[in-house]
Amino acid sequence: MNELDDLFTTPADDDTLTRLHRRLEHAAESEGLLDVAYRTVDSPVGTLLLAATPRGLVRVAYDVEDHDRVLEMLAGRISPRVLRSPGRLDAVARELEEYFGGRRRSFGVPLDLSLSTGFRLLVQQHLPSIVYGQTRSYRQVAELVGHPRAVRAVGTACATNPLPVVLPCHRVLRSDGTQGGYVGGPAAKTTLLNLEAAA
Amino acid sequence: MNTKQPFEQAVTEHGGTVLRVCRVLLGRHDADDAWSETFLAAMRAYPDLPETANVEAWLVTIAHRKAIDVLRARGRAPVPAGKLPEEQTGLGVPGAADDDLWGAVRALPDKQRQAIAYHYVAGLPYAEIAQILGGTSEAARRAAADGIKNLRKNYPGGVPS
Repeated sequence: MNELDDLFTTPADDDTLTRLHRRLEHAAESEGLLDVAYRTVDSPVGTLLLAATPRGLVRVAYDVEDHDRVLEMLAGRISPRVLRSPGRLDAVARELEEYFGGRRRSFGVPLDLSLSTGFRLLVQQHLPSIVYGQTRSYRQVAELVGHPRAVRAVGTACATNPLPVVLPCHRVLRSDGTQGGYVGGPAAKTTLLNLEAAA
Repeated sequence: MNTKQPFEQAVTEHGGTVLRVCRVLLGRHDADDAWSETFLAAMRAYPDLPETANVEAWLVTIAHRKAIDVLRARGRAPVPAGKLPEEQTGLGVPGAADDDLWGAVRALPDKQRQAIAYHYVAGLPYAEIAQILGGTSEAARRAAADGIKNLRKNYPGGVPS
């Protein structure tokens, strides 16, 4: 193996690239270029993708939503300046850890709801009024937002919630008490409801 | 809807290549700064990059300019062969001959070193390299060939054929 070939083809070492990536995260943040920062966290409902704009948390995504596709969607909808940058998400990661540990009942981090509009936004904004450990039916939520006949649209609003867990669409069930669907799959919904029932 | 990939993907896919290009252009010491400047500038300009653009060639073009900036900012030409950084002693260490190799690379005329970096490290075709360096693809090809010839002459350890 000749050494010049090595010079030209040896991969740069991972430690250096990790350090340079971190430097880029800080520089991008201080230059105002970090339009979307993201990281992942492990949780009892699988790996969660967390993404935030300078305004606040903009997306929480389950594994089943395909994180790569979610990031592509964010690049298209918000800005292609999407960088893995855990720093901006430290606070929400901490709150989620407390929540999954049964030590937190609501979230205080700033939210960016710019991915939702219209009736869906209205419903999603009302979700935190369903307090920890309680549930409401889709019909009750429709009444809560002043559109008692829009039961199906409430279901759609829950299914398209960009911030599951943080905006608690898992607390909305069918009128007959069965769970109904969930963006993270039925097992994740059961896990969250059991967690809140036990705490 | 915009279908451009998240910028993170450009960093993940091309970060290593850009670092190796910067090292050939500047040596290890200044390469980190050039890499940082390159990706920060790239992130700034990324939303305006056409979706069909060759991202790697674009990044190498930025690295080319940033490397020139770094050299100008330090107010010096590339360190000539023989004056090696003190930290790189490596006596008796396998691969220590790299020092001679880095010295030989540094001693090359700019155009030759650049053409080698963009062709042999980044794998860009000479037509792309000509756009970065100015001039024709034939001139770029010749600069790379002359550079390899010079390395072969000044560095006995072996060069790509």
